Amino acid sequence: MNVLLDNFPEFRDGFIGTVSITAVSSVIALVLGVVLAGMRVSPVPPLRFFGTAWVTLLRNTPLTLLFLIFFFVVPQVFFSGLSPFVLGSLALGFYTSSFVCEAVRSGINTVPLGQAEAARSIGMSFPQTLRLVILPQATRSVIPPLSSIFIALTKNSAIAGAFSVAELFGWQKLMSDRGYSITPVFIWVALGYLVVTFVISGLFRLLERRMEVAR
Amino acid sequence: MSASVLYDAPGPKAVVRNRVYAVVGGAAIVALIVFAIKRLSDTGNLDAGMWDIFNYAGIRQNIADAVLATLKVFGLAAVGSVVLGVVLAVGRLSDHRPVRWLATTFIELFRSIPLLITIYAIWVGFLTDYSMWALALGLSVYNGCVQAEVLRAGINSVPRGQSEAAYALGMSKTQVMLGVLMPQAVRAMLPTIISQLVVTLKDTSLGYIILYPELLQTARLIASNTLVDGKYPYVSTIVVIGTIYVTMCLLLSALATWIEKRGRRAKTGIAVASAAPAAGIDAPVAALGVPAQRPGGAGGADLPPATGTVATDGTGEPGGDTGTAKTP
Repeated sequence: MNVLLDNFPEFRDGFIGTVSITAVSSVIALVLGVVLAGMRVSPVPPLRFFGTAWVTLLRNTPLTLLFLIFFFVVPQVFFSGLSPFVLGSLALGFYTSSFVCEAVRSGINTVPLGQAEAARSIGMSFPQTLRLVILPQATRSVIPPLSSIFIALTKNSAIAGAFSVAELFGWQKLMSDRGYSITPVFIWVALGYLVVTFVISGLFRLLERRMEVAR
Repeated sequence: MSASVLYDAPGPKAVVRNRVYAVVGGAAIVALIVFAIKRLSDTGNLDAGMWDIFNYAGIRQNIADAVLATLKVFGLAAVGSVVLGVVLAVGRLSDHRPVRWLATTFIELFRSIPLLITIYAIWVGFLTDYSMWALALGLSVYNGCVQAEVLRAGINSVPRGQSEAAYALGMSKTQVMLGVLMPQAVRAMLPTIISQLVVTLKDTSLGYIILYPELLQTARLIASNTLVDGKYPYVSTIVVIGTIYVTMCLLLSALATWIEKRGRRAKTGIAVASAAPAAGIDAPVAALGVPAQRPGGAGGADLPPATGTVATDGTGEPGGDTGTAKTP
């Protein structure tokens, strides 16, 4: 108990850090993932190839390696002066985007063929079909896997802590450096993550219920 | 992509339009890559000297040792997680409430805590001088919990008649579980189990943070200790190490896909799980769809709701034959 009360400001900052890096990288992953999924199902070969390469490469690369790239190569070569928070969110967002892409793509595949055929037969173009008919229906079946992906993202954000982004893992490290015994620290950090993941799965369950439709 | 949901076979106008998009899109992608390569070479990251370092026997030896260290920890964690997975899955399906309760708590707890935090806590708290064992133990605990859920889904997917028949023969619960249900569950879930092993392999890179000299840690040491023309060879090292990682993971997931294809051919009446390819550090669960739907869904396997690719070759004999794959 003392660990938490004596170091509450740091814990609070860590918790806020975890929540904000999760939120920012979720947005990045979602936007990028949907764009990539659009590329992967498009009739244009180069885009499809790019999407496939992106997903295969990022899904088989350890996230830690991606963090290494973003913290040691990107500032040197491309954009210097980005804060660790931005770099961490980008690494996490890029990594997760490949999973989002796959979820969205398989969601698109669950939409019955007749829907797209009907859309085309009334003269809709590809973007119209995708935007007005397919994606809204795909969203429903994509929500459960997305919820798991974002919970995984929350847990993965711990790695950002090891790369000097202020979040809960950083707090755990700080506390063990200050000589507190690891068990209570572990319990508090675990509780912090449980809160975030419970909120996420609750939100998604709510969303799922609201979008539920008899088929 | 012949029969896509989204578009028909294109007509002449669409063919032309698609070609235009292809050229424009292709040009944009090429431009992006060229820009990246130009920036890299402008900053001297692609100079010959940067790649020369891999000609030194010492550095090659370092990398070989690191691959070995990574594989060692992966082997330990793979065995540990599968064994723990079996124990926990059996525990979760136990008839004794305390055992069931304990297994469930353990799984839920360690599955929802970031792996890195578990590993770090084990390292700092118990195994400070044995980073390899801390890493292997942490990986085993976390992945064991995931494997347990995979196996549980597999056991639930075995037709009920199997266990009923076994009980009718007078088998004990243990015999039913180990002799009848478990082999069929493992067979049905083998692709998913291997996909989870890919995740385990990727997660060995967390050894970087507890200073275990695995591949990534070695990469950083090489990159930050070898000065070439006043620059550190981060880019070349990352390219080399990244290639090694991606190759190892792809090989393992190819194995999963191969087994899945093989499983589809045999007719057992139990759906073979689709090889949800290497998911995230924890996303495997995501691909499986297990965590979102808690125990509730008895009956069928908790397979990914979204992927329409679940093998349902269930037309075979409803009972299915135990484990013996009919190799054509």
